[in-house]
Amino acid sequence: MQSSIWNWGYFWDVFPTVVGDGLLITLQATVYGSVIAYVLGLVLALLRRSPIAVVRVVVWAIIEFIRSTPLLVQIFFLFFVFPDFGIKFDALTTGVIALGLHYATYAAEVYRAGIEAVPPGQWEAATALSLPRSRTWIAVILPQAIPRVLPALGNYTISMLKETPLLLTIGVVDIAGAAFQAGSAAFRYVEPITIAGILFLVLSYSASLLVRWLERRVGTVH
Amino acid sequence: MFDNLSLYVSTVSQGLLLTVEATIGGIVIATVLSFVFGLAMLARSRTVRVIARIYVEIWRGTSEVVQLLWIYFVLPVLVGYKIVPLVAGIVVLGLNFGAYGAEIVRGAVRSVPRAQYEGAIALSLTPGHRMRRVILPQALVEMVPPFNNLFIQLLKGSALLTIIFVHEMTYQAREGLVQTHIDQAWLIWTIVLLFYLVLAVLITIVMRTVERRAARMVGRRPKPVGNVLRTLARSKHVPSTPGVE
Repeated sequence: MQSSIWNWGYFWDVFPTVVGDGLLITLQATVYGSVIAYVLGLVLALLRRSPIAVVRVVVWAIIEFIRSTPLLVQIFFLFFVFPDFGIKFDALTTGVIALGLHYATYAAEVYRAGIEAVPPGQWEAATALSLPRSRTWIAVILPQAIPRVLPALGNYTISMLKETPLLLTIGVVDIAGAAFQAGSAAFRYVEPITIAGILFLVLSYSASLLVRWLERRVGTVH
Repeated sequence: MFDNLSLYVSTVSQGLLLTVEATIGGIVIATVLSFVFGLAMLARSRTVRVIARIYVEIWRGTSEVVQLLWIYFVLPVLVGYKIVPLVAGIVVLGLNFGAYGAEIVRGAVRSVPRAQYEGAIALSLTPGHRMRRVILPQALVEMVPPFNNLFIQLLKGSALLTIIFVHEMTYQAREGLVQTHIDQAWLIWTIVLLFYLVLAVLITIVMRTVERRAARMVGRRPKPVGNVLRTLARSKHVPSTPGVE
């Protein structure tokens, strides 16, 4: 029995372990990471339009650097460097910060596209009404820009979902981590890792249907 | 503080060759698969289209880490012999990014104006000729910028081969340096990040050249060389997600 390629008994044995241990962590990492990415991304997008040239250039350089280098290395960077500064986060928190930071640079580009897609007449009207700059952003520009970037942001959340298994390298037990642990314990990887693959397929596919629905509702900037 | 700098740089660069090999190998496989499955998704036969679609959705819909674990730990059980880590890594990079690339090829071919097809038919070119001499050369120009993003994404993805013990740059830093120089982890990881940044810029420079050549081939005026950094700034680096077009 043990030597056969596929063992249904074992499959159903490890299924609850993989789902029970991993699913919640994967979802937590994705949701918290997305929240950081969406908020920080907006901040970065606004800073890139700062009237001060130095701020624009520095923010641009930071975004390019983070975007052109591997998330895995950034995770290691935070994981090993935080303690040097006396910051003691658990592995999941560190991982969520890394995910959020990395995807904030993508989100910044999305927001930028959304802001640029707001017709110039809106800016001119706000100026004509002599609205203060802050009110122009909060009451005029962002309410028009943000709904249309939601599908694009949703796509990045799906990408993030598929990158959460990177956190297993710093000891976070997500779906892939739970599958790997279950496999190591029994020296049988076929079933647990296949379960992990199926779970990701189901999660990302259903999320993509959600994004498609969102796209139909609000339109898209791209 | 920077006493060990040369040690760090030399240790990380010991992994450079493997990172480059994995990236180039991945790029070659991904490009081939992109064209095969991208064109297959446009095929007349429904069966061919469905098969291509299944490949794309499976490899885009699952996580790269899971795919690595599957090829490295599961496939050997199924086929009966062990796979060299580097080969397993290249195969996963190729299959994963080939799925994203297939969407790029499909989109670019479909963006060629309808009149070009009609013109080719009017000249009674064979379907093969039509694709090779008329449609693809024009689609190619459109494909280059998104492929640039994809290849940078693939380079970043090569860091994941650490998980299956390929001794590339990230592995060298983690196993060779960080264990013994934990207090200088920030410096070590910064060096690693800079290595990747340089490689990403190199990919962009090469792809700019390809883009200019492709544009010349269809008689378009190539864009001025301009600033590589600006090209980087335009790129998005994250391919689209499953099921979303």
